[in-house]
Amino acid sequence: MKTVAGWGVFSRRSVIAASVALGLAASMGSGAFAAAKTSVTIGMTIEPIGLDPTIAAPVAIGQVSWQNIFEGLTTVDSAGKVQPQLAESWEISPDGKTYTFKLRQGVTFHNGVAFDSSVAKFTIDRARGADSVNPQKRYFASIETVETPDAATLVLKLKQPAGSLLYWLGWPASVMVEPKSAADNKTTPVGTGPFKFVSWQKGSKVDLAKNAEYWNKSVSVKIETAVFRFIADPQAQAAALKAGDVDAFPEFGAPELVSSFEGDKKLTTVIGNTELKVVAGMNNSRKPFDDKKVRQALMMAVDRATVVEGAWSGYGTPIGSHYTPNDRGFKDLTGVYPYDAEKAKALLSEAGYPNGFSFTMKAPQMAYAQRSSQILQAMFAEIGVTMNIETTEFPAKWVSDVLKAGDYDMTIVAHAEPMDIDIYARDPYYFHYKNPAFNEILAKVEATADPAEQDKLYGEAQTILAEDVPALFLFVMPKLGIWDAKLKGLWENEPIPSNVLTEVFWEE
Amino acid sequence: MISILIRRILSLIVTLLVVSLLIFVVMDLLPGDPAAIVLGTSASPETLAALRTQMGLDQPLPVRYLAWLWGVFQGDLGQSYTYGVPVAGLIAERLTVTLPLALMAVLMSVGIAVPLGVQAAKKHNGMFDAVVGAVSYVSIAVPAFWVGLLSIILFSTLLGWMPAGGFPGWDAGLLAGLQALLLPAIALALPQAGVLTRVARAAVLDVMNEDYVRTARAKGLGEGAALWRHAVPNALVPVVTMIGMQFTFLIAGAVLVENVFNLPGLGRLAYQSLAQRDIVVMQDVVLFFSALVIVVNFLVDLLYLVIDPRLRVGVR
Repeated sequence: MKTVAGWGVFSRRSVIAASVALGLAASMGSGAFAAAKTSVTIGMTIEPIGLDPTIAAPVAIGQVSWQNIFEGLTTVDSAGKVQPQLAESWEISPDGKTYTFKLRQGVTFHNGVAFDSSVAKFTIDRARGADSVNPQKRYFASIETVETPDAATLVLKLKQPAGSLLYWLGWPASVMVEPKSAADNKTTPVGTGPFKFVSWQKGSKVDLAKNAEYWNKSVSVKIETAVFRFIADPQAQAAALKAGDVDAFPEFGAPELVSSFEGDKKLTTVIGNTELKVVAGMNNSRKPFDDKKVRQALMMAVDRATVVEGAWSGYGTPIGSHYTPNDRGFKDLTGVYPYDAEKAKALLSEAGYPNGFSFTMKAPQMAYAQRSSQILQAMFAEIGVTMNIETTEFPAKWVSDVLKAGDYDMTIVAHAEPMDIDIYARDPYYFHYKNPAFNEILAKVEATADPAEQDKLYGEAQTILAEDVPALFLFVMPKLGIWDAKLKGLWENEPIPSNVLTEVFWEE
Repeated sequence: MISILIRRILSLIVTLLVVSLLIFVVMDLLPGDPAAIVLGTSASPETLAALRTQMGLDQPLPVRYLAWLWGVFQGDLGQSYTYGVPVAGLIAERLTVTLPLALMAVLMSVGIAVPLGVQAAKKHNGMFDAVVGAVSYVSIAVPAFWVGLLSIILFSTLLGWMPAGGFPGWDAGLLAGLQALLLPAIALALPQAGVLTRVARAAVLDVMNEDYVRTARAKGLGEGAALWRHAVPNALVPVVTMIGMQFTFLIAGAVLVENVFNLPGLGRLAYQSLAQRDIVVMQDVVLFFSALVIVVNFLVDLLYLVIDPRLRVGVR
């Protein structure tokens, strides 16, 4: 019996020793360093796939690299306006078919290669060439020839006028890359921007460092080292912010956790707009969605404010068309078909469905899509329409079933690309929406280079969509920015998906 | 001994080949076009075709399978579509997280389960046995990711003792690395420890009733000595079998736990590559997991021969 007791004592003692050791390990290393005043750690939910925005679409790529590592001939500022960048100025011929760019001199890439017209020509030819994999290749389709009369001049001759060309040239997919490094930009990006790529610890973070040779002396870049850290789980994001492991989450992942930052004086919450339009697209070629009245009735069955409340904790701006308040020429069209269940029912009867109908919603697994679907389901039930929800894995299955095959009744996704109202004019596109009047207006936008005229035309285009309801226009995702109260210079809104660090600094 | 080894190794290779074919076909059947995922909603059919050619996806299935197999055979696991780097490097990088995590979990599980199981067997039907039994059943019933979530809430959010997730990298120091792995390892170990405690208890109980243990006691050996010198070594075979089997569960659990704790390990890589349809990475990671499980089971088989001399008789 003695040995047994001895073993028992030994075991109890070792358990105590082990727990003391655990406690010690736990208390060590938890004191986080306060961030030095010239370094910044930005949190992102999604890790980019490669760092070259000219060969892949995911917005996370531009959110690390655009304006930090890479720059374009033009750029888009925090108000969504086109500004000169590597092109100092330009002239557009009266017929709108010749663009002559005066390129900036004395600009070098991070590897020392000089930027000139031959580099610009290389970039544009690479994007529009036969084996181009540029996700926005269509935007270069109007270019017929690229000429380089001298090192500082680039001439684009177009097949037809392209009024949005200057805007498109400011996009992440249009940034300037030079021939030697272009092929490796996916893993080791080389651009002309204020920050150089340092390293990428896959699955965890990307490190950037200030480019001491940056050409633009009119801005003084205050940040010396920047880290983009990827944290997928919203709880972990919140914990990282509170612990100071991350200085900013410009796009915090979970609206329901935003209130947990209230009362934390170290952090500030900045809510702006993104370009993410949450819309419930309908198959306009399939019964009963081919009937405009049915679509209008469904739109009137939806109380957008309730959708925003239930899906995104009340953050987000209701929209009446495929357009956001960031975009130029924006019109608030939520009043065209406002929530009115009675009118919706009447319109449904008029369309020949007095007893409603039933259909299937293919909803991606993301929280906003699932929650919005459930709310829509309840709202449609009130007008006698039965909606079954089928969860469809995004992106893989959604892309093949809905986007490519067009095999669906209704779906719901957030369209991320800025100013993409033209998707309703594309053929084929998953809405199967066909309206020649709408296409004509968008063609007119490209035919003119006059911004005021374009804004007016965009207004008309928005109105047609609001009346035709090819998709149920729900809300714009908010930009839930949460960052250290002393950190200044991050963009409040996001007219283009990005985390521009050029003007970021720490307040003393 | 040698011939049985050769036979085992041969069957191991055949198993891996069959597994590789299965993996390849299943991945190919998955819905979703990797090129369409990379190029997003605006890509035109020509751009998609160009990217598919670049990725080698325009080749027929048997050609792609053989090319992949031949590459793996030569130690070239191919390139990740998404990261644009060799997969071998990616896996090696991720292993520096997953391997220590799995080892910590196994050590914890064994360290908790064997003493508890043996002790419960010794005092079977007593109070201690009942408590251990109840606790182990609960821990078996609770999934690892849920333990993970609860422990984050308790130790990170409420107490602030631990980081909520993420991995600082080993260059941040051994202690910081181990600290980041501690909670995930506990989350992984607890359910395993529950199972292992049950097995250890039952195995020891079995042998304790054997004649030779009674003989040893009759010779005047104390209860403890008889237990540790005679009963426990003979109870090891089922325990080691269980540990080997648990390795499979650890890997499956690591996929979930690494996601909960945001650890850049192999499990997270598997999950990410599946979501992105980074097919080459998926194939390689699943093949690697399968190989790991097969090899560990092979080693466990060998270990039997070491533990139990009776098994060696038949082998010679």
